[in-house]
Amino acid sequence: MWAFIHKLGSPKWFYGISAKLQPWFWAAAALLIVTGSLWGLAFAPADYQQGNSFRIIYVHVPAAFLAQSIFIAMAVSGLVFMVWKIKVADMAAAVMAPLGAAMTFVALFSGAVWGVPTWGTWWMWDARLTSMLILLFLYLGVIALRGAFTSRDSASRAASVLAMVGVINIPIIKYSVDWWYTLHQPASFTLTSRPAMPTEMWLPLVIMVLGFYCFFIALTLMRTRSEILRREANKRWVQELVTGQVVKVPAEEAR
Amino acid sequence: MAFDSFSEFLAMGGHAPYVWSAWGVTALLLLATVWHARAEQRQLIKGLKRRARRANSARGNAQ
Repeated sequence: MWAFIHKLGSPKWFYGISAKLQPWFWAAAALLIVTGSLWGLAFAPADYQQGNSFRIIYVHVPAAFLAQSIFIAMAVSGLVFMVWKIKVADMAAAVMAPLGAAMTFVALFSGAVWGVPTWGTWWMWDARLTSMLILLFLYLGVIALRGAFTSRDSASRAASVLAMVGVINIPIIKYSVDWWYTLHQPASFTLTSRPAMPTEMWLPLVIMVLGFYCFFIALTLMRTRSEILRREANKRWVQELVTGQVVKVPAEEAR
Repeated sequence: MAFDSFSEFLAMGGHAPYVWSAWGVTALLLLATVWHARAEQRQLIKGLKRRARRANSARGNAQ
């Protein structure tokens, strides 16, 4: 178990294994998102109350799921980095943050646009909407905090702590619709229970959610590899990888 | 198929501005993140190669 964790924590090993995994996740993401989009936009029946505006659900829900899951992933990575000093975890956390912010923005934007024909307003200080806005600010805070330090280690630790503290917002988002039911409807969709909507509406949504998760994994693998190259640029294995030949370096440089 | 014609599909039953702006922004952001990740990777590898070449020639000159 420990050997496995340390192997996983080795940037060189991660660089190799992620190269093998990456294409599968890209392919799955493309296939699922294209299928889900066509199905959701053109084939799923219109909602009997909302008409065709309900098709926004197929981008709104997957984005909102990812927005929250990425923050949890970031907090867990932060914890792993702080406790076991595994650098790859910190690199992954660093590259996740912008996608998380983008997904939070997509959830807020698509929700606002959806609100106009459905609720008659694009924004209200409803608990769900407000806690999602706070999530966006938390993401921006994590990104800004990372950029605010000259020392990488301080930046990593500060960002990890903010992610671990900020994760308290996630259960608040989740239960906001039950605790303070003002505008946003309670969850209409969960991965674990039978849906309240008909199968031909629900299935494309499942496909889109899975597609978004595959996209997140693929992008995180790809960008973590870039981050490894950036941070390990002075390591011998990176130089050998780039030049394609064995590099002779003095002993003290090799470390 | 939920629509009878392509123009009806585009019109989204009068909800076109809402549906297409939400989907458009999502698609744009997803594509932009992929484009950015690819550009980032290419630039890094290019920079590393340039550095390695420079280091090699510096070592060559020293000998």
